[in-house]
Amino acid sequence: MRPWNYLQLPLFVAAIALLMPMTAAAGPTAPPSEPMTFDSELDEQRYQKLIRELRCTVCQNQNLIESNAPLANDLRRQIALMINDGSDTDEIVDYMVARYGDFVLFRPPMKGITYLLWFGPVAMLLIGLGTLGTILWRRRTQVGSEPLSTDEEERLRSLLGDGGHDKT
Amino acid sequence: MVAEIGLFALILAFLLAIAQGTLPLIGAARGDTALMAVGRSAAYGQLVFLGIAYAMLTYAFVTDDFSIAYVANHSNTLLPTQYKVSGVWGGHEGSLLLWVLILGFWSAAVATFSRSLPREVVARVLGVMGLVAIGFIGFTLFTSSPFERLIPAAMEGRDLNPMLQDPGLIIHPPMLYMGYVGFSVAFAFAIAALIGGRLDAAWARWSRPWTAVAWAFLTVGIGLGSWWAYYVLGWGGWWFWDPVENASFMPWLMGTALLHSLAVTEKRGGFKNWTVMLAILTFSLVLLAAFLVRSGVLTSVHAFAVDPDRGLYLLLFMAVVVAGSLTLFAWRAGKVGLGGGFQLVSRESALLTNNVLLVVAAAAVLLGTLYPLFLDAFGLGKISVGPPYFEAVFLPLMLPLLLLLGFGPRLRWKQDSPTELLWRLRWIFGVSLVFGMIWPLFVGSWSFLAGIGAFLGLWIIGSSLKDLVDRLRPRRESQQTLGTRVRRLGRSYVGMQVAHIGVALVVIGVTFVLGYDDERDVRMAVGQTVEVGGYGFRLDSLDEVRGPNFDADQATVSVFRDGQLMTTLTPQMRYYFSQEQPMAHTSLHRGIFRDLYVNMGEELPGNAWVMRVYYKPYMNWVWAGAVLMALGGFLAASDRRYRMRVRREDEVVDEDAKLAAKDAVKGRGDGAEPNPAG
Amino acid sequence: MKLRFLIPLVAFIALVGLLFVGLSLDPREIPSPLIGKEAPGFDLPELRNEEVRFAREDMLGKPALLNVWASWCVTCRQEHPMLAELRRAGVPIYGLNYKDTRSDALRFLGQFGDPYDAIGFDESGLVGIDYGVYATPETFLIDSNGKIRFKHIGMITPEVIETRILPLYRQLEAET
Repeated sequence: MRPWNYLQLPLFVAAIALLMPMTAAAGPTAPPSEPMTFDSELDEQRYQKLIRELRCTVCQNQNLIESNAPLANDLRRQIALMINDGSDTDEIVDYMVARYGDFVLFRPPMKGITYLLWFGPVAMLLIGLGTLGTILWRRRTQVGSEPLSTDEEERLRSLLGDGGHDKT
Repeated sequence: MVAEIGLFALILAFLLAIAQGTLPLIGAARGDTALMAVGRSAAYGQLVFLGIAYAMLTYAFVTDDFSIAYVANHSNTLLPTQYKVSGVWGGHEGSLLLWVLILGFWSAAVATFSRSLPREVVARVLGVMGLVAIGFIGFTLFTSSPFERLIPAAMEGRDLNPMLQDPGLIIHPPMLYMGYVGFSVAFAFAIAALIGGRLDAAWARWSRPWTAVAWAFLTVGIGLGSWWAYYVLGWGGWWFWDPVENASFMPWLMGTALLHSLAVTEKRGGFKNWTVMLAILTFSLVLLAAFLVRSGVLTSVHAFAVDPDRGLYLLLFMAVVVAGSLTLFAWRAGKVGLGGGFQLVSRESALLTNNVLLVVAAAAVLLGTLYPLFLDAFGLGKISVGPPYFEAVFLPLMLPLLLLLGFGPRLRWKQDSPTELLWRLRWIFGVSLVFGMIWPLFVGSWSFLAGIGAFLGLWIIGSSLKDLVDRLRPRRESQQTLGTRVRRLGRSYVGMQVAHIGVALVVIGVTFVLGYDDERDVRMAVGQTVEVGGYGFRLDSLDEVRGPNFDADQATVSVFRDGQLMTTLTPQMRYYFSQEQPMAHTSLHRGIFRDLYVNMGEELPGNAWVMRVYYKPYMNWVWAGAVLMALGGFLAASDRRYRMRVRREDEVVDEDAKLAAKDAVKGRGDGAEPNPAG
Repeated sequence: MKLRFLIPLVAFIALVGLLFVGLSLDPREIPSPLIGKEAPGFDLPELRNEEVRFAREDMLGKPALLNVWASWCVTCRQEHPMLAELRRAGVPIYGLNYKDTRSDALRFLGQFGDPYDAIGFDESGLVGIDYGVYATPETFLIDSNGKIRFKHIGMITPEVIETRILPLYRQLEAET
């Protein structure tokens, strides 16, 4: 057994660090902020969609709406400002990506390195269904054949009652 | 002393696990009954010692023994007692102890309920479970002992994370672990069958109830986790596609596939290789889940402490177990019969299609979860894969599965006529389509997703109920009473239908809440009223209240509908004495058709707060559906054909059941799941 | 034994390899998309003298470090002596005081020393956002033309100075 080591303490605090942002990065307590307001219902919806699909960079794995980190707060405000200034959604996404990289996008961009990610499931489905189809097609001729060998049947009989030690 | 007794008990349990993991397997290979018998007693002994170790740690928590590092880090004298008891699994080491305790429990359960099985089978199954226990108890002992002393002892504990101080979190981990670990039984049966070279219908029958119970527990565990996150995290989310959630969801999907594949193997003797493969994969995903959660390779809001030693140990353990099983599979598989033949349109085909869709869904979740790691490992940059991806990929895979679900239980084994089937279900299909498309209009503006969800939900419920009614309808030649006819349905059948209706409720709930939830961040001063989702929320007062280990600001919010007072909500912003960050405590008004949800955000000047107000339609349908699914699993597992008795005096042969069972295995009929005449 | 039964085994071994590599990676470190790009422009009040402005253009002409720090950041305190070390090695160091108050920041400098040639006072954190700051301290190495060549997230250690910052700095110095 290793002796207890005080250096491990921070690790244990992090052990169940649900929703706790990195303290080093968290910054000072954020000044109180008024809720964002928008000119139209559509803008509000765009805002809600964006802050759900953009990742908070200081947090463990949260989007901007979930996070209480000051940076998330700043970014929410920045996005609201840009929406109210008439930026379209793509411009805001570009703004974020230019600063923080693709990492901020919970919806990965479609490009060379993500083709496998986006088309992988489709490919797997086609392979799966293709294999299944082939198997079913081949087996369709076997209707009526005995499912169990004589040996197996013998064994089942003994297991399921005729052998005299149990019943179902 | 407490820690030393606990540690000693854990070491003894480890030694017994070694005995259980080796001797019965050797015995089975040599035909030595004495060695085979070791398995059962070792399993019981192991449970006893794990129980002692666990009791010691609990005792240390309850008595505030801060000379134990784990207790000092996860408890506090002010912590309410129920949370001290649940605090035992509030961190990595203690939760691992709970994990091995549950593993011990499953081993003992297998030892108890397998008395009618052939000796060799029991010996092999317990042996494999012993091997799994060696891995996990060893992991606890060598990398993550919860009994390490803190010298000098702490004066006060650091407290349990406030998020975990919640009733939902008292029961979520035990349920989840019952599910995870329970799949080790299905795995052990599969490996035992591979070792013994006998993959047969009897094997499928033995492992099916265990699989169903494990699956039902996992369903409860995942459901509770989601339910907890929904009201504790405070922003109305209930599923995040977070790596740790995906880690639990993958074995669930694979386990669901296994459950359905076992049906084919049991009833028709077919697809044995595939079923064994699924049993291995399901447990492999459980091991992967343990690795992902406890190694820190992925960032998650739920992950445990990051320690490379632990990650390496778990990776090695997983590599040995899974590579060993897959090698055994490659060596032994293929020696088994094909099983009964069937036509393109038959229940077998439907179940296999279900399997393909579920396995692809699990693989897609795996791909999305590990893809960032994959790119990073090859130095191709860092990306995030989040809910938008999983929704885009997962939902389309579920559509055909849910459509098929309405047909599946009505399909006959071997072959069925597609035209006749469609004709039988034409009314159900039409009515659910029409009502499904109209239903969303009662909730809000029409949305395609909600329309599809409502249609599929109604379709599944409708076809399940019609099937039930058809089966209960008296047949001309029989004179059975309704009671007899209900009993003749069998719990296996009823469980299946209950679980399927549960799926339907989840589908309706998920699509409606995705389509129609509404939320507002609003500034609220005392006396002010805001409107969300047609409800008025008025902030009546702001008070300071005191809890056992926190102070809180509490808002009293009255909720009105059409001027009528509906309820009063009291969200809080809690300041735990042991934490720097305040934590919002949600207040909820739950209802069948909607939840109202209020959370405190930030304090503003002028006696006002930013409040988050949510309207969540049909949210509870999701939980209700999960409960029904789990209930269905438990019901199916309790079917009487699984309760094989050994007592000779019971040998009065129930001709009916015997014939049904025999028929089922031979594939000549439907056994306990007779199809109606149509 | 049929070969197709080996497919799962092979796939699994690949997965284990991937996870093994994954164990040595830090999932939280985000590479900056700004490397190789022009440093974003700014024009901020100087921390130590409100009257003076400090802009991006003031850093040009010579390679330099831009260190993002704050008085509330514990790691910055630990890192601080390293900056003085770099300063002694002749590297110009500019500061970006991120989401801080002027009085706290000045007290910090009074207590721990002031290695900076100029410090921009980014009270709102907007310049920080432009630089993609997410976890202070962060340090950028900017060449004489204003291009960002290197970014270090977290504390600068003697090892980082020896193996990363100084070699690259000398190289950039030689280029100008």
